[in-house]
Amino acid sequence: MSEVSTITLSKKDFISDQDVRWCPGCGDYAILSQVQKVFPNLGIPKENFLVVSGIGCSSRFPYYLDTFGFHSIHGRAPALATGAKIANPDLSVWIVTGDGDSMSIGGNHFIHVLRRNFDLNILLFNNQVYGLTKGQYSPTSEIGRISNSTPFGSVDYPFNPPLLALGAGGTFIARGIDREQKHLQGLLYEAYKHKGTSLVEIYQNCWVFNDGAFASLTDREIKMETQLILENGKPMIFGRNQDKGLMLKGSKLEVISLTKKNSINEVMIHDEQNKIQGLLLSELTYDKNYPTPIGVLYREEKPTYETMLHNQLATALKTRGKGNLDKLFNDSHTWKV
Amino acid sequence: MANKSKSKKNVDRVVIRFTGDSGDGMQLTGSRFTEATAIMGNDLATYPDYPAEIRAPAGSLAGVSSFQIQFSSDNIGTPGDKLDVLVAMNPAALKTNLADLKTSGIIIANKANYTDKNLRLSGWELNPLEDDFLRDYRVIALDMTRLVSNAVEDMDLSLKLISRSTNMFALGLVSWMYDRTLDSTINFIKDKFAKRPELVEANIRALKAGYNYGDTIEEIQHVVTVSKATFEPGVYRNIVGNQALCFGLITAAEKAGLDIYFSGYPITPASDILHILSGYKNFRIKTFQAEDEIAAIMSVIGAVFCGDLGITATSGPGMALKGESLGLAVATELPLVVLNIQRAGPSTGMPTKTEQADLLQALFGRNGESPVVVIAANSPADCFSTAFEACRIALEHMIPVVVLSDAFLAHGSEPWLIPQTKSLPKIRTHLAGKSNGFNSFKREEKTLARQWGIPGTKGLEHRVGGLEKDIETGDVSYDPINHEKMMNLRQQKVDIIANDIPPVDPFGDKNGKVLVVGWGSSFGAIREAVNRSRKENHSVGHVHLRHLNPFPLNLGETLLKYQNILVPEMNSGQLLLLLRGKFLIDASGLNKVQGKPLGVDEVYDKIIELAGA
Ligand code: SF4
Repeated sequence: MSEVSTITLSKKDFISDQDVRWCPGCGDYAILSQVQKVFPNLGIPKENFLVVSGIGCSSRFPYYLDTFGFHSIHGRAPALATGAKIANPDLSVWIVTGDGDSMSIGGNHFIHVLRRNFDLNILLFNNQVYGLTKGQYSPTSEIGRISNSTPFGSVDYPFNPPLLALGAGGTFIARGIDREQKHLQGLLYEAYKHKGTSLVEIYQNCWVFNDGAFASLTDREIKMETQLILENGKPMIFGRNQDKGLMLKGSKLEVISLTKKNSINEVMIHDEQNKIQGLLLSELTYDKNYPTPIGVLYREEKPTYETMLHNQLATALKTRGKGNLDKLFNDSHTWKV
Repeated sequence: MANKSKSKKNVDRVVIRFTGDSGDGMQLTGSRFTEATAIMGNDLATYPDYPAEIRAPAGSLAGVSSFQIQFSSDNIGTPGDKLDVLVAMNPAALKTNLADLKTSGIIIANKANYTDKNLRLSGWELNPLEDDFLRDYRVIALDMTRLVSNAVEDMDLSLKLISRSTNMFALGLVSWMYDRTLDSTINFIKDKFAKRPELVEANIRALKAGYNYGDTIEEIQHVVTVSKATFEPGVYRNIVGNQALCFGLITAAEKAGLDIYFSGYPITPASDILHILSGYKNFRIKTFQAEDEIAAIMSVIGAVFCGDLGITATSGPGMALKGESLGLAVATELPLVVLNIQRAGPSTGMPTKTEQADLLQALFGRNGESPVVVIAANSPADCFSTAFEACRIALEHMIPVVVLSDAFLAHGSEPWLIPQTKSLPKIRTHLAGKSNGFNSFKREEKTLARQWGIPGTKGLEHRVGGLEKDIETGDVSYDPINHEKMMNLRQQKVDIIANDIPPVDPFGDKNGKVLVVGWGSSFGAIREAVNRSRKENHSVGHVHLRHLNPFPLNLGETLLKYQNILVPEMNSGQLLLLLRGKFLIDASGLNKVQGKPLGVDEVYDKIIELAGA
């Protein structure tokens, strides 16, 4: 990629000519803006970006980015991205999906794309509701949610996306929040850098059908108490005065106060590559007694599917020579008339 | 080889069916006999039939596996209706296949397997080999297990290995009866068991023992010979339908200068296509076994968007699952090929049995009006040209193409005239080069094909999707008039292909009493039936449709030239419905839905009924 160093792109290169049609106040705007800021700085020629989506509010995303884009069908974006990545491994492939799209109708493709570890990125806009179909509860809505399809409250237990991803063999699992723009930008860079399937779950406010779902995480007054901002190699501390930490007690995490002397030494150090830690952090997702981890929960290096497949193609070419039709047709008993 | 002491008798054609338990190696036996027959220069057609269960209980009716071959000095198109020889390795095989044997046909049975237990399992009250139940047939009942055991006496083999080699004994015997050489099978055995010399020895001895035994038995008076068939000059090989499909795809990719991307999900009887293509990586074929049928086609759509020749293969139930995605390919006007190897439905149906009941599904099985091109193969060897044609139409017209094959074609085989690859036409594509102000909806006048702008090419950035698009720009549009224009455009893109395919040219009489219109795997049966009725001076024509959507331009006027239109199909009348609906003609059907191919006799009888009326 000799072109890389000479590429100068800016945010406006990634703004398409289509009118953005999300509701005013939707969290999607902030995410779009971060993506448009990050893409020009990745050193990738514009024509090498492919953004793929399924169906839902978030899945309109590709129309607003001036890259190659494919607005596919409900839940199937990972499958489409799979074929694209195999066909052309040089592309930078981004999947944009929602909680209904990826956790419900597309659940199967979601787990399999993670398992196979293609080098692509999934931005999962989790607003815990079906927006485009006007407000039904979703697979990430809390149990008891009153919605138009659950007037008496839902009796459905929600999925925990990072935990699901971890179970599926995901190699990069991160969480961000639409309103935490700088932090989100950082995650997008990290996701891009990771050679494997990167999942970035983004808490996204649906202003119309689920406004305030993440208020406790975004409200200036309290977010210091509710967010646990993960940094690799750093202790897991949080709180308005950075006075609380997470400590491993037995096989559970516990919140401890850091006001006592030396108590900082008891706080767990974040190790992105520690799967057990990733598991413990994922488990905090719905627990109101703990802060919500944001940042990179887990990261693992392993070969990608497309690399292994293309290695096989190269080996076959080397050992057997370029395929020859006449040889192929005559590879069984033949006779002349 | 044995000195043949018996006289020879020449016949035109022979039909043999090898049957036994699924563990008896009948598919192998049949395919070895087929190869030896191909070497003899006969025309041939084969049809394997096996249970859906991998190992149904040994000796049960459900566990019977069979392989049928017809070979002839004439040109034939079917594996034959009635059997001259039935090899029945066990009583279950005899029970399920006897009805297809000609009166005074030959039964070859391995007596050793006609045990009380096996008889009971297959519902025989008495041993048919011992009472006179089979008096209308010529029965050669041998204890093959003992005969093989004698032949390998000095080798210290287990009884299991010995009984496993009885299929080679049967093959040897039948090879002697029909004057086939053993060389190709001996080479095959040496190759297959290269690492187990004792198996090579045992199988070859069993094969030869069977062959030599032919000379000694009284039930056989003479060796039967079949003269060479006349073929168009060229180099031939025997080919199975699914393999021919793969060869057609690979050839098309080369002629278009594209890589193949193939994705499938395991499903009978289409899985072979995934197996075969995944072995040809040096042709730059990328194969992907997807997590489900939907992922398979969606990944193909992704690969096609990125410039590969994209193909997926499935069978009816999988086709149902792919419906929404195929609609997306229609809406995005991407060139992909979907192979449907039809099997008996509905639902899971009979996975290993054949049927051609997915024609209407291919045409109409999606939401909205979502026209695709539909073409069908008519014989195992024809699968090659059909696959090539599908890729050609898809790429040159930027449109999805559905190919209909079926279980009968998929696993059946026949000689294939190997094409001169240099003489095959190149395939055009609509790949766009670098551009400023690219518009993916700029269309070629002749085909209405849009431009194929693939990622990685500078200046072609654009968005596609399943939402309705503006006819000029390709941007999302909900405009009512535009929607109607787009619906018409998608239909027109299909219709226009009629200008790009050959007109129908009826075989036989160009006008007259009866026109038989068929499609798909019933070709051979129809052609033979038409030939037979024409020899008896009936005026009959035959049109076999490769292109089912759109139809050839002159089909309507051709139909008007005959008094009767007969449409034989392995369904309840799907092409019939289309012809009646489109051309307002009073065609009649011959419909069979038994999971079995159409027979020559039944088509012939119906022709005579109409021709005589
Ligand atoms: S419905 Fe909700 S998620 Fe959808 S655009 Fe409106 S605010 Fe955003």
